[in-house]
Amino acid sequence: MKKIQCGFPRVQNVFGDCLEEAMKVLSEEGVSAYIDGAQALCKMGRGEEPVLAFLEKMPSAASILGEAIISDVVEFTRRLARTPNSRAIAPFLEGMNSAAKALESRELFLEYLELVREIKRRTTPRVHGIDSMYESACLPEFLKSVPRLFGQLSLGGLRNWAECGIRNHANDPDAQKSYFLLQSADSLAALQRERHGTLFVDHERKLDHYLRGLWAMEVSFVPYSLAFDILRKPVPHFDDLGIHLPDSYEDLHDVKGIDRYRALLAHICAHLRWSEPVMADNLSPFQRIAAEIFEDSRVEYLAMQEYPGISRLWKRLHPVPKEGACPEGWSEIRHRLFTLSRAIIDPDHGYSNPSILKYAEKFREIMEDGPSSTEQMVDLGVKFIAETRVQSDLSAKIYFEDTEVGYRDDNRLLWRFIEEGDEEEFDSKPVRHQEKAEMERLPPRLYPEWDNEGSHYRPDWVSVYEHLHPKGDPGRIDSLLSRHAAAAKRLKKLIDLLKPQNRVRIRYQEEGSELDIDVAIRSLIDFRSGAQPDARINMSHRHDGRSIAVSLLLDLSASLSDVPEGETRSKLEISQEAVSLLAWAVDRIGDSLAIGGFHSDTRHNVRYLHIKGYRENWGEEVKGRLAAMEAGFSTRMGAAMRHAGHYLSHQIAEKKLMLVLTDGEPSDVDIHGARYLIEDARMAVRELDAKGIHAYCISLDAKADDYVFDIFGNHYTVIDKAESLPDRLPKLFMMLTK
Amino acid sequence: MNAEQYRITEEPYYQPQKREIELFQAAYASRMPVMLKGPTGCGKSRFVEHMAWKLQKPLITVACNEDMTASDLVGRFLLDSSGTRWQDGPLTLAARMGAICYLDEIVEARQDTTVVIHPLTDYRRTLPLDKKGELIQAHPDFQLVISYNPGYQNLMKDLKESTKQRFSAMEFDYADAEVEADIVMKETGLERNPAESLVKIAQVSRNLKGHGLNEGISTRLLVYAATLIKNGIEPHDACRMALVCPIIDDADIRDTLHHAIDSVFA
Repeated sequence: MKKIQCGFPRVQNVFGDCLEEAMKVLSEEGVSAYIDGAQALCKMGRGEEPVLAFLEKMPSAASILGEAIISDVVEFTRRLARTPNSRAIAPFLEGMNSAAKALESRELFLEYLELVREIKRRTTPRVHGIDSMYESACLPEFLKSVPRLFGQLSLGGLRNWAECGIRNHANDPDAQKSYFLLQSADSLAALQRERHGTLFVDHERKLDHYLRGLWAMEVSFVPYSLAFDILRKPVPHFDDLGIHLPDSYEDLHDVKGIDRYRALLAHICAHLRWSEPVMADNLSPFQRIAAEIFEDSRVEYLAMQEYPGISRLWKRLHPVPKEGACPEGWSEIRHRLFTLSRAIIDPDHGYSNPSILKYAEKFREIMEDGPSSTEQMVDLGVKFIAETRVQSDLSAKIYFEDTEVGYRDDNRLLWRFIEEGDEEEFDSKPVRHQEKAEMERLPPRLYPEWDNEGSHYRPDWVSVYEHLHPKGDPGRIDSLLSRHAAAAKRLKKLIDLLKPQNRVRIRYQEEGSELDIDVAIRSLIDFRSGAQPDARINMSHRHDGRSIAVSLLLDLSASLSDVPEGETRSKLEISQEAVSLLAWAVDRIGDSLAIGGFHSDTRHNVRYLHIKGYRENWGEEVKGRLAAMEAGFSTRMGAAMRHAGHYLSHQIAEKKLMLVLTDGEPSDVDIHGARYLIEDARMAVRELDAKGIHAYCISLDAKADDYVFDIFGNHYTVIDKAESLPDRLPKLFMMLTK
Repeated sequence: MNAEQYRITEEPYYQPQKREIELFQAAYASRMPVMLKGPTGCGKSRFVEHMAWKLQKPLITVACNEDMTASDLVGRFLLDSSGTRWQDGPLTLAARMGAICYLDEIVEARQDTTVVIHPLTDYRRTLPLDKKGELIQAHPDFQLVISYNPGYQNLMKDLKESTKQRFSAMEFDYADAEVEADIVMKETGLERNPAESLVKIAQVSRNLKGHGLNEGISTRLLVYAATLIKNGIEPHDACRMALVCPIIDDADIRDTLHHAIDSVFA
């Protein structure tokens, strides 16, 4: 047997055992490469940890991926050791096995190595373009998370997820670290998006229909995540809050994720319909679990009478315990019960154990006899336990293989307890009295943001807080309006022209105000030729209505307080006048108009200030808010447009128009790329377009043409002389809506 | 005027659910106008046919629509070679010959059209033909029946209060599962098992009413599906064709109903 030359005592201690393991799964050449690899790691001088991890993990990884992978791994590690990233070697080797299990082929594993290399390169700080001096900020963190990530993501998903972390936190190593450790909310959100399987959120409506349609039930869903709870795996259950179910399901045994949800719901609904809670106090735990098995089988039997097709799903999802699989000395209590459960659900089970056959038959007799009850099942369970009990049932080593039925709930509603149990109750934690913070504002609405470089949305990226705009003196707005009395007079003429008065012809009237010559002639021809003429030869008119909803979005960023050259008033004051005049004009026309202002202070705090709602009158309240307008902070336009669009899309109107009044390009303090927010705003415009909302921009920035065109296409006007805004804004509006 | 063509000679199959036959006969005894309410395809029209047969009276049916005018009901002057000629409308015809006049889906007609039935539906029992200058006294056997589906999700389409208040009303609904299965079996000769399965699918859809579905699957559609199955079409395909496809555009609901079909027909 080969020896390893290595000074680490712990390595020497485990080497013998590891080699023995390796020889079971590897060929002779493989073992030799394995020992050489370990030797090389020893000589690398990076401590004992990498060697220990290599010795322990390599054989099983090599047995999955082929022995050629050993030299790949050694080579990769050697290269890693030459950089300042040697701290990452041990986590890499530790996580190697889970990567191997998830990827299952050498080609994919090599791609994974390439991904690790890329993450290392892109997260290493560079000084003058040289990156060999510093350690990557988050490579070890990433490698530590790899086992969990591969539990849920494919390699492609992993790449996307890592990409998000690298790019979104490029300038913030601490945030990047917690991203890669799966500690930040962003990281979990990105992970959720990349997960494979059937996501609950995508199918909630269908499941709702399923409950309502097939079971005539109305229950709310409480999804829980299997991704983050590692110690205690939650199981589906039903309680006062509703049905608790996993947030995603993989396809299993040819059953689609959505059908697994349905299988689960069918089981829970069957319980709700047919199960009656029974006393639990006088039953031992074994008797209870036996009773639960019989009761589960009973409600399923009844459900299958009603919907025979469900049996196909359940049969596929129910595990098939193998007879006699339970090793000596283990408790086979669960194995025995689930064998019975299988025997009941699948008549072609092929089991030969006499007590299983006997009780499956007894069960069938009860069910065929007609109305059955939970009590009967408890009885049957107690008898089964008494009859099949063996000494080894009490063993602490319980055999779990093939005894977990994923679509069944934990039956907590089946039991009623008279006395409080001794068992610790994990589900209800003592309620700690919390001082309620006074709610000063609405909770935030989260919106995604478009990442142009990654060509994807960053989920739940921006928090928009909506406030009521503080109030000022409404008299100021009235005096502003009176200053523009002349303009108002001119506008009034235009308004009268715009007021709904279009006449629309209604043809084919038996009695109308005028003769419709076309139809009259046609009727006469019909008559002459012997056919029955149409008597509806008149026409009349009606007035056509105007149905427009407008949302005016004001950029209230700091730059608005600038005073333009050759002006005495700030842009803010000019905007105030213009908006007042517009609001007055729109009020006269009778369209519904909402006014909102926005500014932002990083993505965590975008503020949307409510000035006027669609149904609110143009009165003192609104004027007061308008008078109190102030400028501050930055311009995160996309988020504000999405928020205003959300309200506008709920208006009932034929035409929906969003006017954005701004004085500069989108920007925010936490954004470094120049194009990022412009691209996001452009995407927001497209989203609005898809909802049937026309977005139109009025910019006070004389140099706006470049970016405004990018965002709004042709739908914009640049007003380079700010003082003309009050005159032009209402006219522009009328022109747009004529 | 040929009343014979409006007579129903063979008994139309109708499965009574409650006491509706008795009630209708009582209303007819005093020629009281009757309104039949209920979802589409639950057997309102079949019931009227059945009653006309039972009472041995001619039946004139008018399917109402939006373009219908008062003259379409009452009648109009037509031009002919020697001048003009009056042509009775279906309502006038029924009033003259003593038929049961059945206005199907009356809400589809405009409200101003519906008003012409008013004088026929109270104690007067007359129909003035103002253009012709004639006042028709309704035949003693004449009765007016209208059908009306209150499930219409349209605020614009409702009966005037003054119209509603001239009728006695009978509420119809889809039959109980067992009776409905009987109906499907009688109409098509299908066996009991598949007929019951079809009814289960219909009930799934009726539970979803108001959640993306305007109306559930009607008994009429069930009969269609049963006919297809009877003609040798596989039940899954027959249900998709006759039950799901015609009424559902929403992908999520379609998916749920497809699953229901798979569950019911194992």
